Amino acid sequence: MEKEKLFGLIDLNWRFELTKFKLVRWIFKSRWFPLLALIFNLSVFIIILLAGFIGGYSAGNYNFGVMIVWILWWVLLMLILVPFFSRMWCMVCPFPLFSDWFQRGKLFEINTGKHRGLNLKWPKHLKNMWVMNIGFLVTTFFSGFFTVRPYATFVLLGSIILLAFIIGLIFEKRTFCLYVCQVSGFQGLYSQFAASEIRHKDEEICKKHALKTCFLGNEKGYGCPWLLTPFNFKKNTYCGMCLECFKTCPHDNMGFFLRVPGKDLLIDEKRGMDEAWKAFIMLGIAMVFFLSMQGPWGILKDMVRATTLKGYLTFIAIHSAFSLLVMPGIFFVFSYLSKLASANKEVPLKKVFINFAYTLIPIGLGVWIAFSLGIILPNGSYILHIISDPFAWGWNLFGTANFPWTPVFTGLLGYLQGATLIIFYLFSIAYGFRLSKQTYPDLNQAKRGWIPMLCFLTLITLTFLWLYLG
Amino acid sequence: MRILLKIILLVVTGIIFFTGLAFAEEHFFEIKAKKFSYTPNIIRVKIGDKVKIRLVSEDVTHGIFVDGYGVETRAYPGQDGSFSFVANQPGRFTFRCSVTCGEFHPYMVGYLVVLPNARFYLYALVVLFIGGANLFFISKKKA
Ligand code: SF4
Ligand SMILES: [Cu+2]
Repeated sequence: MEKEKLFGLIDLNWRFELTKFKLVRWIFKSRWFPLLALIFNLSVFIIILLAGFIGGYSAGNYNFGVMIVWILWWVLLMLILVPFFSRMWCMVCPFPLFSDWFQRGKLFEINTGKHRGLNLKWPKHLKNMWVMNIGFLVTTFFSGFFTVRPYATFVLLGSIILLAFIIGLIFEKRTFCLYVCQVSGFQGLYSQFAASEIRHKDEEICKKHALKTCFLGNEKGYGCPWLLTPFNFKKNTYCGMCLECFKTCPHDNMGFFLRVPGKDLLIDEKRGMDEAWKAFIMLGIAMVFFLSMQGPWGILKDMVRATTLKGYLTFIAIHSAFSLLVMPGIFFVFSYLSKLASANKEVPLKKVFINFAYTLIPIGLGVWIAFSLGIILPNGSYILHIISDPFAWGWNLFGTANFPWTPVFTGLLGYLQGATLIIFYLFSIAYGFRLSKQTYPDLNQAKRGWIPMLCFLTLITLTFLWLYLG
Repeated sequence: MRILLKIILLVVTGIIFFTGLAFAEEHFFEIKAKKFSYTPNIIRVKIGDKVKIRLVSEDVTHGIFVDGYGVETRAYPGQDGSFSFVANQPGRFTFRCSVTCGEFHPYMVGYLVVLPNARFYLYALVVLFIGGANLFFISKKKA
């Protein structure tokens, strides 16, 4: 069989194992990792919370909490972590630490016995992204507060950590991460595009290994806290990269691989409306965020920061309707056109809609990367200020407290944003036609059915291009 | 490919710039700054035009910094600031408040559009070209 090549150049099955290097493997198998990184993160997190609390209602651009979270963390997440390393944030995320600790009764050693808490199973019909979809959308209603007010960041992060703990008391393992966390959904969605993956190395070894310790756990580590079956899972979506399977596998059969970005998009497993809507919601939010934060319209800013209740409610209504109804509605029309154009009568419209929704993942990620460039280049220099004076107490820890606001390369911002959109548009259409072939069995149907979708993707790209530089 | 694009952009810009110079105009804008927006919030000029800006504050101290041009001034209540520059780069540039003026300060921005917005049109053309090429290659595909 001929090899599938992305852009006619890169073998889609190419992968390169990073854990074949002894040092990396040793780190991945050590119980100290990611625990140490996690504890370091927790300490930063505590400073963030403190700074958020102390900072109160002051302007956020001189606050440690607001800047670290919304400039550094968010941008790092969208620019580097998710596109290159999948859910690497989850690997070192401090949110569920307390619930893990409570359930296991141990922080470092392994508890092979019973776990504390109720350990209930999450309801079956909620085993998808819907709770996270709604949770994330609702969180963005308050974007005009927590991205600028220290106290609001404190409340937001504090409640996430509290919620993680409460869910951990009631439900088993990382149920919170899998189905509730606001940060989880979009990471899961976009990590399908990521340029790396954790997978088994040799299928045969897994088949022969009757006692699946990666799932069950053993004295070296816990069974997958994310309730996956590491021996055969195929998509990054729900892999939190906690690395337990590296520790529990007696055959060293788990690996961390570099791969071709976007490979998961072609894997027809657990595709659904929940992930389709996640893709719409993320595009909708990007648009609304851009208009209100990087656009020049004072009216929108006043709505988002709730100067009047009416304005604020209007913002919430339009924002929600746009993400939940308008975007999916337009996409539905194009899906319908695709089915018509293909002249295929058997394929259910729902399947057309869902399959093609995955073409929105690359361009969606591109839109967010471009948006993030618009945050970090103008505002990155504030970070130098706040690391020297985290509590605004007049400290000067690193001598950078008086560093003036310095926008970096903002003259090139438009070029960079445009180039980003174009690169991710390329990925979207490259995977798009393959998804068309998966949707329509016949090549000619797939060709015709692809045309409306290509139009949609082009339209979306042009729209954001116009927003960012037009 | 990218280098080619850059060269094309450069040539296009060059032509526009020099033809533009011949018809350069002078523009004066009085921009009012008020938490957290500018009026006018979008200013349009042609490439080669000389732009003079006076910033007037209507509440607290604000500033204005123009991306790509690097010019900046501040306005204190009752004391205006001003600067001028020659709009020699085409495209849309954000201008931003440069003095922390309240919680939404980082979002206090406006646009300077130096026409023709060559980089937008160029990028849009590239997108359309890629889309067309995709269609072409796919139509040629055989089972
Ligand atoms: S899902 Fe959320 S809480 Fe869990 S590890 Fe990821 S970011 Fe942290
Ligand atoms: Cu201001």
